[in-house]
Amino acid sequence: MSEIPLLAVHDLVKHFPLGGGLLSRPRAWVRAVDGVSFDVKRGESFGLVGESGCGKTTLGRLILRLIDPSGGRIEFDGRDFSRLNRAEMRSLRQRMQIIFQDPYSSLDPRMKVYATVTEPLRANQRISKAKRREAAAELLERVGLQAVDLDKYPHEFSGGQRQRIGIARALCVRPDLIVADEPVSALDVSIQAQVINLMEHLREDFELSYIFISHDLSVVEHICDRIAVMYLGAIFELAPTESFSVAPRHPYTRALLMAVPQPDPHRRVKPLSMEGDVPNPIDPPSGCTFHPRCQHAFDRCRAQRPPLVQVTSNHYVACCLNEGRGVEGGIE
Amino acid sequence: MMGKLLEIDNLSVQFHSPEGVARAVDGVSFDLTRGETLGLVGESGCGKTVTSLSILGLVPSPPGQVISDGILFEGRNLLDLNPEALRQVRGQEISMIFQEPMTSLNPVLPIGRQVAEPLLAHKGLSKSEAYEEAAAWLERAKIPAARERLNNYPHQLSGGMRQRVMIAMAMVCRPKLLIADEPTTALDVTIQAQILSLMVGLKEELGMALLLITHDLGVVAQMASRVVVMYAGEVVEEAGVMDVFDRPFHPYTQGLLKSMPRLVTRVRGRAHRLNEIMGTVPALTEMIQGCKFADRCPHVFQLCRKAHPGLFAIGDGQRARCWLRDYPQRRKVDV
Repeated sequence: MSEIPLLAVHDLVKHFPLGGGLLSRPRAWVRAVDGVSFDVKRGESFGLVGESGCGKTTLGRLILRLIDPSGGRIEFDGRDFSRLNRAEMRSLRQRMQIIFQDPYSSLDPRMKVYATVTEPLRANQRISKAKRREAAAELLERVGLQAVDLDKYPHEFSGGQRQRIGIARALCVRPDLIVADEPVSALDVSIQAQVINLMEHLREDFELSYIFISHDLSVVEHICDRIAVMYLGAIFELAPTESFSVAPRHPYTRALLMAVPQPDPHRRVKPLSMEGDVPNPIDPPSGCTFHPRCQHAFDRCRAQRPPLVQVTSNHYVACCLNEGRGVEGGIE
Repeated sequence: MMGKLLEIDNLSVQFHSPEGVARAVDGVSFDLTRGETLGLVGESGCGKTVTSLSILGLVPSPPGQVISDGILFEGRNLLDLNPEALRQVRGQEISMIFQEPMTSLNPVLPIGRQVAEPLLAHKGLSKSEAYEEAAAWLERAKIPAARERLNNYPHQLSGGMRQRVMIAMAMVCRPKLLIADEPTTALDVTIQAQILSLMVGLKEELGMALLLITHDLGVVAQMASRVVVMYAGEVVEEAGVMDVFDRPFHPYTQGLLKSMPRLVTRVRGRAHRLNEIMGTVPALTEMIQGCKFADRCPHVFQLCRKAHPGLFAIGDGQRARCWLRDYPQRRKVDV
């Protein structure tokens, strides 16, 4: 039964056209997601990290089918998305919800909290108004707000409270999977901690799986069981959080970890030298897309793109070093 | 008072709004020595940005109203200067870089022109000299092929490159003080690391002081020598960087540090739960009789709600705005 992962993504591709129109061809293609495969188990919290433009948000939207992929396959609960008809898709959608980054723009300012929270219910199920209200009140209490908040408008709440409303809305249809796209990035540290703790609680109470998208490694490490690092549309490393932070294998992951300023003035680390910007995804470098910034780069890196290979039982890396095993040993 | 570069004495900034008077900054005092890096930390709305804007006379008035016993820069009170004299200080002796490099650069002027501008305005260089100097500074800010980029517009550059342009622009006149307001918040971590090390390098080279305003305690730990923590418009703690992280005194500072998720090598299983600071920041329009943090403080007792605590000396160079200094037995152990 539990053999089938909740979500399985196979070789997913999304290319966006640049320019072009009704009659002309696109000038170029942006390879936002370029051959990504992974799966998410039931009850698991799966982290997607990477810098801006690495394709993590596009990947999240592809999974929710908010946009259509250019290639590849997504299976939810063993069922292939592309083979479902509209009605089936609709019922499957209820089992996946999203939490957005910006708590200010993701709530309709003219809708009362009650209407916002129950909107997914109205769209999907035939339930009486009274029942919906009851459900909304219960949900608000579960996320740390009160039933009296039902008739308020978003502007009456702080950023952290708004994010709680967004979470209640996502929980409303009792989903199995929540894609959380930078859910705490817009919040202050003390409020961020409140929301992270709430999300951890809810995961246990509602038996949820999370796909947690973030640029913040400390947050992802805190909340996730497994982490995938993305760069220019591809996964570079995928590992359980423990082995990820103890012995990351990809030079990019290592540089990323070293670049996070640590709140410890006794350990002032000189960041690992990684020059340059993320390359343009319209015209990515040959071979391994990281090679122009990689201090270990050698001939093979420029020539061939390394596949994501299994190094230990659950640690995967896409790197040419050490016959595809990446860098060995821990980091400082 | 040898070596004091900047002294801010009892600064308050109020904004008049329909909801009442918002005290964005409420009696803030601190100073900066030459060549030092001071971290000004706090969450959104704590008044850290408004404090920095009032140093340069950039608070829009009306609606803003700056009241202070003095903002002394090298002994001169900046509040007494006329607009022209203040303009000479700005950009020449004190420079500022902002969080969002896209909105603080002029989108319709080439970057070379923008970097050369302070030189034309303050140093009286000729146009060709100024452009030459600008190119040299862009190179020092590690912009690749800087000379070819003089005619580029901001939209042609990435976020990190734009912030490098901002830094070059702030540095051209070799200021004595650089105010950096969340300089890396909009950037990715790897780019942040590049920008921070660039700032450290240039700071040492020029021997200037840095007022680093940020919400990121990691950045402060890595950069600052002294830290001022602000909450709801007030300074709540001030100390050397080691003391702030090793023995923070104020419950707010302690709460902030404990609520940060840290990159730690996790041994099996779940990480510890993050500490939360319950509740939210009070509205700036609220009149609070006692301590402004009382409603969120785990150690709160009667006095805290009745009387407003002063910024008490705790130890060597450490000060905290908290009654626990006089009533240490009130500190609860299990929080």
